[in-house]
Amino acid sequence: MPKPFKPKVVTANDLLKGDVIYQTATGWSRDLADAEVLTDEADADLRLIDGSQHISEVVGVYLMDVGIEGTAPETTHFREAFRAKGPSNYAHSKREVT
Amino acid sequence: MYTYNEFDTAFIDTRNAQFRSQVERRIDGSLTEDEFKPLRLMNGLYLQLHAYMLRVAIPYGTLNGGQMRQLAFIADKWDKGYGHFTTRQNIQFNWPELKDVPDILDALASVEMHAIQTSGNTIRNVTADHFAGAAADEIADPRPVAELIRQWSTDHPEFQFMPRKFKVAVTGSPNDRAVTRAHDIGLRMVEKDGLAGFEVIVGGGLGRTPMIGKVITDFLPQEDLLPYIESIVSVWNQIGRRDNKYKARIKITVHEHGIEEIRRLVDERFAIVKGTFSGIDQQRLAEYKAQFAAPEFVKKSEVTFKNAYHNDPVFRSWADTNLTAHKADGYFIVSISIKKQGDTPGDATSDQMRLMADLAEQYGHNELRISHEQNVILPHVHKSDLPAVHAALKTQGLATANIGLISDIIACPGMDYCALATARSIPVAQEIATRFDDLKLEHEIGNLKIKISGCINACGHHHVGHIGILGLDRAGVESYQVTLGGDHTETAKVGDRAGPGFSAKEIVPAVERIVDAYLEFRTGKDEEFIETYRRLGLAPFKFALYPEAQADAA
Repeated sequence: MPKPFKPKVVTANDLLKGDVIYQTATGWSRDLADAEVLTDEADADLRLIDGSQHISEVVGVYLMDVGIEGTAPETTHFREAFRAKGPSNYAHSKREVT
Repeated sequence: MYTYNEFDTAFIDTRNAQFRSQVERRIDGSLTEDEFKPLRLMNGLYLQLHAYMLRVAIPYGTLNGGQMRQLAFIADKWDKGYGHFTTRQNIQFNWPELKDVPDILDALASVEMHAIQTSGNTIRNVTADHFAGAAADEIADPRPVAELIRQWSTDHPEFQFMPRKFKVAVTGSPNDRAVTRAHDIGLRMVEKDGLAGFEVIVGGGLGRTPMIGKVITDFLPQEDLLPYIESIVSVWNQIGRRDNKYKARIKITVHEHGIEEIRRLVDERFAIVKGTFSGIDQQRLAEYKAQFAAPEFVKKSEVTFKNAYHNDPVFRSWADTNLTAHKADGYFIVSISIKKQGDTPGDATSDQMRLMADLAEQYGHNELRISHEQNVILPHVHKSDLPAVHAALKTQGLATANIGLISDIIACPGMDYCALATARSIPVAQEIATRFDDLKLEHEIGNLKIKISGCINACGHHHVGHIGILGLDRAGVESYQVTLGGDHTETAKVGDRAGPGFSAKEIVPAVERIVDAYLEFRTGKDEEFIETYRRLGLAPFKFALYPEAQADAA
């Protein structure tokens, strides 16, 4: 039996800043809460291809697993949690107060 | 120090102009990432977890005050006000934006620096003893030789697309501070019958398959150096495993073919290559030796030092811990700790960099070194200036008296920055350092090297730490594996794996149990951790590390 499909979002790094970004329904966001959650495998594959077309905006596009139990998508692996939160030793990147 | 000639300046300017154009074409969409990636890596630009990272070469860890000040300027103008000194004696900027990198490279070029061959399957920055030219135990300054190798290997047409990266380290001292036995080629300067030469070690390396290098020749005459190492790299370039990235380093080639066969092949190749060297390399080496001539050491009163040492316990503690014997009378080598307890190992702010640049210019014959242990060295400071140097260092949080102690930890950037990492390193280092500082135990514990890597690639040298810590991803959770008894010196040894890993919460208490066991078992304060370990072996430390397992077995 095939494994059940886990919900995903498309993620990448911003070409100019290198910052972690997530695909939304209309573009890209620095905030995982804004990401478009993909619950259908065929749909996810299409959105991945779509995201990969943006070669002068993004780098290293891939699908990451998310949990959807709460109101916003949540990371399910600590690596993605660090990507979403920024480094633990300084208030830089996503830890910066804006 | 080596100073660029017209050729060097033109070469760097051309490369920087090419890269500027490549960046422009990437941004306007003319180049895809697949096309651009090898070009940016050739110029030291990585894409990490949260941002780009620019790795700047500091050849054999040597730089002057002006260069350090320019690094501070770059940190302020294009980064977040700091830089990270690495175990490869380089500096990494963690936050540059792509469009700014060409300007950063031009700013580096203006002080004769660059980021070429700090990545990719090339011969990387040549590393050397960070006390080179100053150490009391030195036969000769290894930097002219390191410079010769740097010039030979930079843009060498035969060695731009090798099976993997290739690292060379050189030491001029019998006490090996350059970890020569864990490099693709390690060179130890030796003398035989009054002649200068090298012991050549090949096939060492850490990473997923740690190996201590093997001696391919115990005496290579100095004039044969370049043709001989060209022969080694050439042989490996031909027969090294290109089918499997994890088996591509020369350590695997030496392991699979045996050192005797490699020696035979290298000798065969050397017979051809030797004739292609006209002797220009030896002329150049003589020029470099002149450029690296020792500064004019002076004689001055030592009374200020004696007074401070006698009257100021904080200065005395720092002097006892952070100074090393110098070859010149009245001088010391100063190790500036970039490991204040609780701070990120190897990170220096721009203000700290500027202070170190000032101190080098005012008191240190304008020389600075970066050590593979991620500290900064003032190699030549007269005793009489040490109280002033110490007072200045205190103003920027740089006077921590912990060189060689438990909080002087090597840690790679780990999963806080690195795209390859499988766990974090920095917070583990911060917690260990803070914990033992709180206990006020580190001077009592004495010399103890903890080295932490956030993945199997071992940038944090964990295999050769007295206590090595390797962070792994075990079923989606950070897990830390401990090795004990590693040694990075001339008696290099890969540490023994202690047993099952520890969670992020358990690892600091685990280190504490090892240290408690050492304090209990040592014969006295004179017996360092590594000596106790060698005397007793793994068993008693394992017992201390895994008390539950011992209880279960009983």
